Amino acid sequence: MIFYHFGEYLLLLKKVFKKPEKWKIYRKEILHEMNEIGVGSIGLIIIISTFIGAVMTMQIAFQLVSDLIPNSIIGQINRDSNILELGPTISALVLMGKVGSSISSQIGSMRVTEQIDALEIMGINAAGYLILPKVVAGVIMMPVVVVISIFCALVGGLLGGSLTGAVSAGDYIIGIRESFQGFTMVVAMVKAFIYGFIITSVPAHKGFHVRGGALEVGQAGTRAVVVGCISILASDYIITALLL
Amino acid sequence: MIEIQNIHKAFGDNQVLKGIDAVYERGKVSMIIGGSGSGKSTLLKCIVGLHEPDQGKVLFGKQEFTRMDFEQKVPIRKEIGMLFQASALFDSMTVEQNIVFTLDMFTEMSLAEKVDRANFCLERVNLVGKNNLFPAELSGGMKKRVGIARAISMSPKYLFCDEPNSGLDPATSILIDELIQDLTEEYQSTTIVVTHDMNSVMGIGEYVMFLHQGQKFWEGSNKDMLKSDVKELNDFVFASPLMKAARETMK
Repeated sequence: MIFYHFGEYLLLLKKVFKKPEKWKIYRKEILHEMNEIGVGSIGLIIIISTFIGAVMTMQIAFQLVSDLIPNSIIGQINRDSNILELGPTISALVLMGKVGSSISSQIGSMRVTEQIDALEIMGINAAGYLILPKVVAGVIMMPVVVVISIFCALVGGLLGGSLTGAVSAGDYIIGIRESFQGFTMVVAMVKAFIYGFIITSVPAHKGFHVRGGALEVGQAGTRAVVVGCISILASDYIITALLL
Repeated sequence: MIEIQNIHKAFGDNQVLKGIDAVYERGKVSMIIGGSGSGKSTLLKCIVGLHEPDQGKVLFGKQEFTRMDFEQKVPIRKEIGMLFQASALFDSMTVEQNIVFTLDMFTEMSLAEKVDRANFCLERVNLVGKNNLFPAELSGGMKKRVGIARAISMSPKYLFCDEPNSGLDPATSILIDELIQDLTEEYQSTTIVVTHDMNSVMGIGEYVMFLHQGQKFWEGSNKDMLKSDVKELNDFVFASPLMKAARETMK
């Protein structure tokens, strides 16, 4: 069953990446989707990342109660955890819930109301027209969202640490600047790029193959989020194992 | 002209179509009728390429549609207009955007030319000035008419209508039927209508094909249909009290 769905997903991707009928129309759609997927999610990502950064700082401080360890290490751990894992992965899981279910429902509704059939009959590659702009927008906007998320988590850590007295602002800033490895940002961007692809293509696949009515559209949305989240976590493991 | 030869289609163990042959002529409204589950919508989907027949051929003119891949089908599909049962208008687009969508995709017309064409199509279906409404703001009959306006935007050689009268009041149904007939004459298109509305059949069905349990049971004109002695056809045609009364009057 898994192989059947995976095969179906690959065949759909083959259709998605066919040459577009008219680039001008696709460009317009890509910009629209960048706004929907990326800009529309920034508010939520800012709130979540700021709180995660603040909580992370307090928890690290709680666990590192020792005179032998400098307080600046709190900033350092927070920075690396956020860049390598929390920024990309938490953002991806949140967006999977927000954007993924929306993509699946949108395409699924179009399927059950015969709008996809209408596109096909017009001679338009429905998979390409509906999914390619979303995938392109996802892989462009996800790295932007992840950078914003990391920044907010670091600022959140600074605020949380200094407001609660877990770590002084000075120590925290020294920490986040100390022994920074640029490669960690490369890993974060690779993750963001792949997550952007998963967040858009997996729900699109689930929506595109819906059969039935409103109930099935809802079920497809749920399945899309579950499969998407598992795919994100699996790819997180693989990327980390390969790059670090 | 569209010709179908020996069309078979099954979904799992359910054999929906069992060897259908027919010829649909240009400039004529051809109708496929039959009870629910008789396979008429499946046949229409096989003809337009939404379903792949398991066996048999669909010929548009002399071109064998069933053997073509997606790219090869595109030139024929540009000549197809289709009205769906639930209209299938794109909800995120206005009426005008729905109509100019194919023009945007496949032509190099200027914006003014496209708007002119949209206005012409809307005028043709008697919906002047509704350009900026969204499908959600339209009644069922208006949606059908916008669906027709979208279908004729590329001046189709082939017009397909899946249950064009479903959910409409009798007066609007007659309007839609007349529109389909007028457009068929105007564009000299090969028009195929799937319906179980006997008023439509009696009104505009120049060629009627009756499907029963996936097989072609009868074909002929709407006038011949009333004289038929095929039991399954008579059971279907004269199922309603109105048609029964009409038959008694004719007798």
